Amino acid sequence: MAVKEAVDTSPEVMLAFYRRLYPFKSLFNWLNHEHAPTRRFTHREFAFTLQGDVYLRYNSFNTAEELKKQVCQLNPTRFEIGPVYSARPKDKKTVRPGMFTPLQRELVFDIDMTDYDPVRTCCSGADICRRCWAFISAAVQVLHTSIREQFGYENLLWVYSGRRGIHLWISDKEAMELTDDQRKALVSWMTVIHGGQESSKKLNVRLNARSLPASLQTAVEHLATIFPEVVLSDQNLFASEDGYEALLEQIPDSQVVTSLRKTWSANPSRSSEDKWLDLKAQAKKFEKGSSQRTNLTAAMEDIILHYTYPRIDAEVSKHRNHLLKAPFCVHPKTGRVCVPVDPLHIDEFNPESVPTVGQLLKELDTAGRSEGEVGEHHSDWEKTSLKPYVDILDKHALRLMEQVRLEKREQDVSW
Amino acid sequence: MFKSTDRKVFHDDKELAQVTKHSPVKYPYRLNFYDRPPLYDVTVEEFETCALDRLRILAEIESSAARNRSWEELKTVTNKQCTNHLPLQTTGTQELLESQRRKDHLGHFVLRLAFCRSEDLRRRFIKAESTLFRIRYDGDNTEERQLFLNSRDFNWIPVDAAEKSKYRRELLASYSGSKNESVREQAFDTERYYKVKWTRVPDLVEKRKVFLKAGWAYVPGKEQSSIVFQEFEVHLAKALELTARSLPRLDEDSRLVPILDNLSQGFLAGVPSEWSGSGEAINGDEIKAEMVDDLAKRHFPLCMRSMHDNLRRDHHLKHFGRLNYGLFLKVLGLSIEEAVVFWRKSFDRITDDKFNKEYKYNIRHSYGLEGKRANYAAKSCQQLLTSGPSDHGCPYRHFSLENLQTALLSTYSSRGLTSADLPEIVATVKAGHYHVACTRVFEMTHSSFGVKKGEGTGGGESITHPNQYAAKSMELYKVQQDSAEKMLVE
Repeated sequence: MAVKEAVDTSPEVMLAFYRRLYPFKSLFNWLNHEHAPTRRFTHREFAFTLQGDVYLRYNSFNTAEELKKQVCQLNPTRFEIGPVYSARPKDKKTVRPGMFTPLQRELVFDIDMTDYDPVRTCCSGADICRRCWAFISAAVQVLHTSIREQFGYENLLWVYSGRRGIHLWISDKEAMELTDDQRKALVSWMTVIHGGQESSKKLNVRLNARSLPASLQTAVEHLATIFPEVVLSDQNLFASEDGYEALLEQIPDSQVVTSLRKTWSANPSRSSEDKWLDLKAQAKKFEKGSSQRTNLTAAMEDIILHYTYPRIDAEVSKHRNHLLKAPFCVHPKTGRVCVPVDPLHIDEFNPESVPTVGQLLKELDTAGRSEGEVGEHHSDWEKTSLKPYVDILDKHALRLMEQVRLEKREQDVSW
Repeated sequence: MFKSTDRKVFHDDKELAQVTKHSPVKYPYRLNFYDRPPLYDVTVEEFETCALDRLRILAEIESSAARNRSWEELKTVTNKQCTNHLPLQTTGTQELLESQRRKDHLGHFVLRLAFCRSEDLRRRFIKAESTLFRIRYDGDNTEERQLFLNSRDFNWIPVDAAEKSKYRRELLASYSGSKNESVREQAFDTERYYKVKWTRVPDLVEKRKVFLKAGWAYVPGKEQSSIVFQEFEVHLAKALELTARSLPRLDEDSRLVPILDNLSQGFLAGVPSEWSGSGEAINGDEIKAEMVDDLAKRHFPLCMRSMHDNLRRDHHLKHFGRLNYGLFLKVLGLSIEEAVVFWRKSFDRITDDKFNKEYKYNIRHSYGLEGKRANYAAKSCQQLLTSGPSDHGCPYRHFSLENLQTALLSTYSSRGLTSADLPEIVATVKAGHYHVACTRVFEMTHSSFGVKKGEGTGGGESITHPNQYAAKSMELYKVQQDSAEKMLVE
């Protein structure tokens, strides 16, 4: 982390944030898809984490105002959004158990930097810097394209999680209606690296020993363009002995491995780029079309995937009733707001430039002083650096609402 | 059933004639998606037997899954069970085929009624039914299967040649087949592709076996069955939920509820027992009272063994314990005279007078010599399992896990059970597959007789009756003794 300034997320600060800055109306529109409250909002579970880690589940609200009132009253450190149930979650105790089931839910993904610990050298654990953000950025690009092209979903909202990860919310009608089994299948389609400590294991993604499935072929072609910069030059992952040993483990040809190991241990100063070139040169020694050459090329593709392919936290996506932190909450450790991110400019996104709650309140004070005090605090976020981010959510919600409106009109015609 | 009475009211000759004209064959195919409920009169007896026969097969499928049988093993076992209880042939006289298919149809719908009531039962029923469907689909001949597939709209879009060649590279990349590249490509070129929404083939998506484009999955012809199976499951799940919702409003006959209750209990117990004692046939020698101790050690299942041990420890057994154990011994081959001797000796702390007054009558009663003079059958696993917690029910179900493990070790360690085997048993018990646990114990304790894992009491059959357990055990022992004798003679 760059500067260790005092992060102020005290209850008073949080309360002021909820009262004056949190865009409840935008959140409502995004979840509800319509102006008038529907089940998508009224039957939706909200869970609050209060000061002192008290956890309140199964709250539900009729309107955005009601939600705001409750949030200001409870003043939680954060709150999470769950599925749309078959009954109002606040009535959970009074309905028959069988009658209370999750029906709809945005398809969500969570990518967390901790899963990248084995392949990053700059930071570890909760820390994050611009350099390791490149991994997240690569993951976003791959996931964004795959979801849209392969599954045909269009309404994707990317949200920075406030510290070291990123969330994706997909609000397409079909995506919201997926069953747990279908979610599981989709996640497993997307998963290439199976987490845990066995990350050195070779990938098993090839159906016919040779060719990659089409979806991964596209991904690997894109990832190959960023691999040299991120893995070789930025992270310089194969510089250390541990680093290059991990690389050698993934090469199937034992002769190539021995020869490379010899060269590399003799010249400890060889950079990762040099080593990658060495590997490429080894592959070129074999005749084009020979089985050794294809095996090595395949292994190199696998290596690229291994180091740069999105590492998804599968458990988050698999179940409809999994809760995920709402956008625009404040991360209690960093004080940063969980802001929506434009996936097309993900490269330029700098997690350290995301406004913190303290900074926003300061901005508000300055703006208030210059304009003179106004009676009501409505949409005060417009006067702060939170505005561009709220605009992203508003634009996204507007598109959703437009789709629902058109759909409804079409249905009307058919009558 | 199913409002058949309502229909009768509207029945007139014209309608009847029309119906027969439209469907000269009621069940044209062996496979059935069970779209339409049976709309005809059924006797209560037929109602029950059809369901029971089907339940046997479903329970066998369930226990196979719990015992990790391979697909091939499962197929063999199920097909064998099907030939016995629910044959469904491809060829034969029209009449025979119709009656077999009618039974299959009816049984399915009766079980729907029995298993729609809770989430858990529905899930298990769908799983077992779709496995059965898969087995039959697998065993169907290609022609018949194609006819069946054509008879139904699966809502798949055939991919034309132009589109296929457009995505040739992508499709080929996820086309599995021969290791030889050119053979694979040849097969690919003749393959037909179908387009469906990806949500209809989650199993193929999960394994990346299809090509996905904008939400459409391109399914090769040989994976077509995935669509069919998925459709079957989804269809059944919806139908079951609908049935569950309308069940309370069903114009119900009070004769059916007990049958349905009984059926859903049957699933819990595994298989409705088909073991009807043929004790004498198995062991020619009559069993004497003094042999029981020895037999118990060697051949009894845990339930009977623990009752025997209780009897020896307390010199007494409570009423239902006496009843269950007494009937078990009767079917095992203990004559009434020997039974009286056995119980008299076991209850050695009471006077002759008290014994004759309070116990002898009941013993004679259970042999059909007093009162109603009925020949009572020994209690099956199902009855022992569902009798409620007691010290004379099924130990796998009613014992706490700690007690069960202690009991298993102290009872069977001399017969080859080691503590290393316990985790597997405990896991099965935790999953609620009590009869599977018992069957595994049988297999483990009889491994010296050549019983292998998954074989059960022969041919993969599970334990469904304490007497089945004991009889099989004694049979195995006898075969070994006989061959040993032969060796000596030679």
